[in-house]
Amino acid sequence: MKTLALGNEAVARGLFEAGCRFVSSYPGTPSTEITAYAGRYDEIDCEWAVNEKTGLEAAVAACMAGARSFAGMKHVGLNVAADPLFTASYTGVNAGLVVAVADDPGMHSSQNEQDSRYYAAAAKVPMLEPSDSEECRAYTRLAFELSERFDTPVLVRLSTRISHTRTAMDEQPPESPERRPYEKNPAKYVMMPAMARARHAEVEKRMIALGDWCEDTELNTLTWGTERKIGVISSGIACQTAREALGGAVSYVKLGMVYPLPVKMLQELAEGVEELWVIEELDDFIETHCKKHGLRVRGKAELSPLGEYTTEQLRRAILGASPAEEASAASAAPLPNRPPVLCPGCSHRGTFYVMQKLKLTVLGDIGCYTLGAAPPLNSMDYCLCMGGSVSGLHGFLKARPEAASSAVAVIGDSTFIHSGVTGLIHMVYNQTPGTVVILDNSTTGMTGHQHNPVTGLTLKNRPAPVLSLAELCRGAGVARVREADPFDTPALEAALREELAAPEPSVIVVRRPCALLKSTARKPAVTIDAGRCTLCGLCLKIGCPALTKGEQAVGVNTPLCAGCGLCAGLCRRGAIMTGEGSA
Amino acid sequence: MKSCNILIAGVGGQGSLLASKLLGRLFLSRGYDVKVNEVHGMSQRGGSVITTVRAGKRVDSPLVAEGECDLLLALERLEALRWVSCLAPEGKLVASLQRIPPMPVITGAADYPEQRPPGLWVDALALAERAGSPQCANVALLGAASRFLEFEPEEWARAIAECVPAKAVEMNIRAFELGRAEGREREGNLHKPL
Repeated sequence: MKTLALGNEAVARGLFEAGCRFVSSYPGTPSTEITAYAGRYDEIDCEWAVNEKTGLEAAVAACMAGARSFAGMKHVGLNVAADPLFTASYTGVNAGLVVAVADDPGMHSSQNEQDSRYYAAAAKVPMLEPSDSEECRAYTRLAFELSERFDTPVLVRLSTRISHTRTAMDEQPPESPERRPYEKNPAKYVMMPAMARARHAEVEKRMIALGDWCEDTELNTLTWGTERKIGVISSGIACQTAREALGGAVSYVKLGMVYPLPVKMLQELAEGVEELWVIEELDDFIETHCKKHGLRVRGKAELSPLGEYTTEQLRRAILGASPAEEASAASAAPLPNRPPVLCPGCSHRGTFYVMQKLKLTVLGDIGCYTLGAAPPLNSMDYCLCMGGSVSGLHGFLKARPEAASSAVAVIGDSTFIHSGVTGLIHMVYNQTPGTVVILDNSTTGMTGHQHNPVTGLTLKNRPAPVLSLAELCRGAGVARVREADPFDTPALEAALREELAAPEPSVIVVRRPCALLKSTARKPAVTIDAGRCTLCGLCLKIGCPALTKGEQAVGVNTPLCAGCGLCAGLCRRGAIMTGEGSA
Repeated sequence: MKSCNILIAGVGGQGSLLASKLLGRLFLSRGYDVKVNEVHGMSQRGGSVITTVRAGKRVDSPLVAEGECDLLLALERLEALRWVSCLAPEGKLVASLQRIPPMPVITGAADYPEQRPPGLWVDALALAERAGSPQCANVALLGAASRFLEFEPEEWARAIAECVPAKAVEMNIRAFELGRAEGREREGNLHKPL
């Protein structure tokens, strides 16, 4: 049956068809929907991991125990999971093990645009790269066969445009592999030096075998064009952009397997064309391989290592097409940009308003609340990686101990569990008197509301014990732990002042559910008494998209307003009324 | 079989995903090769969001190149202005009159631009409210745009029934029909169907 499926949905279908029985992933754009869709199959035991390392470790042991297993993550998630990946390359598998990693060229929702293909080379594991949803399904399925045949984890590389594009997918009936027997085998699965030395030799043999296999695999294709002038080597989404830009006159090698890379097919293309290009987004991974094997190719010197490629850009660089005509005068006028913002009714807004008011130095983290860095809140000084806020605060205070009364770490509930709690234990152990603010909005917000240990439900919506963040922090040795409501800004301000003044580590758990959760009641929009409003602008400082500066008074965009009343609480003239009456 | 490139421009949260899903399904059912690119994650939080639907005999890139857009569906005025330069010479704009000021306008750092490029402008929000909820403004706008697309009303109704929750089907079909009637009454920039 042909359906229109997201790339990520198709990977999940591939898992189902391959008889994958265990999936453990931490959400991360653009990879999240793989696991969300996998969770819809009753046959798959599918869970949200607390971080990518935990998820992959569980998947490695599950495959050793005989079940085909999977972990999915975004590119930076693979940094977190790199430790188990590199050694799982040595242990190999029992039943198949597949890891999907989704890169984000253009950084639509990421803090860097690292190229995950290097992980395949560095960990010495094969990597497949689909270029549409049908290939996402088929390659995922094939990846399990390769995993078992070559005794290796297999990486499937995706990118934002593959993960989040719907294309036709041809569903196939699933297979139901028997669980493989488990036999104790320390030489293969206990990686201490003596065993690992022997396994490393196996890894090198395997890569030679895979190198031979990739020369003939149908995953890589050579299609001759109508002219023999230009040849293109490409993979994944770059392949689609290249074909769109350059059409059927050009000859293409499309690589469905990007590690290891073939030589013969590339040489054949090189010999058949006058001019050979490597078109790959981000780094010159394939180009370096070509040059190593003596092929004369053009690529990164003329194309960019930055962001995504467009058809216009490739036509200009390769066909010498002239740039598009000057835009018309009307559209040439600069338009106000529209960056993402905290939603109307967002529980984080009050917290950042108070932090800006107190002029705090804010060590931030990864989540919706990173948007607190944007104007007009401007309340963030640092954001590095998942969990980096807490250890960051510790380091900041090492260099500037006097900032203990004016610097805080800010981190969301899911991110704190992912890797912030280790920073907190570190801070307590090494005795810096930092103040950590945990924004508990009862969900994993940015990636689209996944459950996590504070929500009391699993991926399959089954009840789970509710993790108490306050108790967790007390257990880590923090004596000063308190809770606050981000919409009660005077109380939150008082709490922050007290904890910043305290000469020991402290944690404030700021609790208020995400405004977008179905369970969060939407209140009637606020109204403005234009007669009372003096346009002082105080309410506009919270950066709510539902408020605008009018000619005589502040205006409310009624369909947007969530009625949270944060603005009403700030107004000194009583000009803003909530649905329940004047605040 | 002709090719068709559609851009859906809007603000995160306005429902461009449902609109693109409906269009993708309609083209697929007519035997087209289809690619629909969506936006998930951070840029979805109130930011400028562009969704693409491409249909044809064979579609490679999911993205629409500058100057090659046949139909621009804009769920918001400023976003119509932002993306109108993508239209092909014969391309059509169908836009909602709804204004959502972006942060630079809210803070007073910029003015909301008042120009309105030529196109079929409808009050999709008002139509949606008449149908039962402002949330179906996306479907009302699709109704207005439907005069430029080849699908029959029954095909639209079937696609809506397949894509929205059961309890919202009737309301969305109402919004679609109100939009379709509005689109027929108003003068667009061009009248030829795509």
